[in-house]
Amino acid sequence: MHIYLDNAATTRLSDAALTAMLPYFREAYGNPSSLYSFGQRANEALNAARASIAGHLNCDPTEITFTSGGSEADNQAIRSAAALGARKNKRHIVSTTIEHHAVLHTLKRLEKEGYEVTLVPVPENGIVRAEDVAAAIRPDTCLVTVMYANNEIGTIQPVAGIGAICREKGVLFHTDAVQAAGHLPIDVRAENIDMLSLSAHKFHGPKGVGALYARKGILLTSLIEGGAQERGRRAGTENVPGVVGMAAALDEACAHMEENQARITALRDRLIDGLSRIPHGVLNGDRENRLPGNVSFCFEGIEGESMLLLLDDKGVSASSGSACTSGSLDPSHVLLAIGRPHEIAHGSLRLTLSEETTPEEIDAAVAAVAQVVDYLRGMSPVWRDLVSGVTPFVIQ
Amino acid sequence: MALYSDKVMDHFRHPRNVGVIENADGVGEVGNAKCGDIMKIYLKIDNDIITDVKFETFGCGSAIASSSMATELIKGKPLSQARELTNQAVTEALDGLPAHKIHCSVLAEEAIQKALEDYYHRQGIPCEETPVTCHTCCSGEE
Repeated sequence: MHIYLDNAATTRLSDAALTAMLPYFREAYGNPSSLYSFGQRANEALNAARASIAGHLNCDPTEITFTSGGSEADNQAIRSAAALGARKNKRHIVSTTIEHHAVLHTLKRLEKEGYEVTLVPVPENGIVRAEDVAAAIRPDTCLVTVMYANNEIGTIQPVAGIGAICREKGVLFHTDAVQAAGHLPIDVRAENIDMLSLSAHKFHGPKGVGALYARKGILLTSLIEGGAQERGRRAGTENVPGVVGMAAALDEACAHMEENQARITALRDRLIDGLSRIPHGVLNGDRENRLPGNVSFCFEGIEGESMLLLLDDKGVSASSGSACTSGSLDPSHVLLAIGRPHEIAHGSLRLTLSEETTPEEIDAAVAAVAQVVDYLRGMSPVWRDLVSGVTPFVIQ
Repeated sequence: MALYSDKVMDHFRHPRNVGVIENADGVGEVGNAKCGDIMKIYLKIDNDIITDVKFETFGCGSAIASSSMATELIKGKPLSQARELTNQAVTEALDGLPAHKIHCSVLAEEAIQKALEDYYHRQGIPCEETPVTCHTCCSGEE
């Protein structure tokens, strides 16, 4: 039995996406930049995909640039806004403490290049306050970048509110919508979004392809030089099958968004209720205002990597924000940002669902997690001190 | 998982000597919950021989496996031999650890040395203290 509950990491390619992609590997494999009809057939597929994706975001097809994924789109959006800001001597960027590393590491690099960055803190519910973002904006702010929904704790950010504030203040607004696209309705016009990143493999599209929306008039800085593809905004022959697969996957996700949301949210809540029965555990992020498929918990007295390994033995694929799984020395910056102490953040577990998840899988996962938590607590000196009253519980 | 050797996974899945010894002759605890690793070792000693050893660990897979292996390496051994246990010996016995997990074997070595020193202290036997260093997040290494 394999229970895949790491859909925030990646998803299974949908049948629709695979079927749409196949002709572009061996039949219509022409280069879209070639002028003969065989190449132009590939170019038409690109244009159709561009129009379709633009339709789902409510933007113009010319405002879509295809990239290698969400990280590249984030890098390009931030770099472009920074370059535009520098022309006007504006070198201040506002973001939050819970962004993806594709954003945070790009901002770190810009700090070394002389930009100033303000990271707005978030309260314990994991949702940044729009008014706190507004308060951080200065006359020299060239960009506000706030994610649409968080990848670790699933919280949905007040994007429309922040968009309105930025539009009023004349500051560019970028949102990393990698976890939201295909899962939540997005309207870049209504939400005053100037730039948006998305990644195909988070909504059952292929890996290695994504898109950057940039409102007309925003000059994008090319990160990759070498050709006139993507109207000079990204050199390199386009990933035609990937782009076609991305468009097909997004079509399908948007066509079934409401029913998927209802179904997955019900399973998510069943999972949250089940895991809430484990003592001294806590849900990370707001209970209501979160992605349909995201469940994130911290369990006191144990460490996340050992949890993942034992869950893997039981057939459950999950994720954790512990230091040992992040490859860094600190646990997840998101869990620390919402106020979880280090020792609690080490005991985190993220389970992320898809429309393919079944109620039986949820029940099996709850049982597996309960067993693993219990087993690891049984050999934990931290747990012994907690239950014997030597140290007080942090999570009641 | 390819991250760890079969030996590590075996000791992680089936840890040897897990538990507590009531009225232990020596107890050693190292690590820090903030860093994500704590190991506690309990020793029962008779005639300078480690007749029983138990451990409790809060930590990742390699921390649990390192504790388990370290207890196996000293169980039934004379104190003098246990005193010479190194993290390299623990790592080798586990058929190696990933580079960023070596600190787990260091913690295991230190926990055992602390437990031995605790025994010597209780017996009034002078001994050299092993300097205990935090090899994870507090060390400032990156």
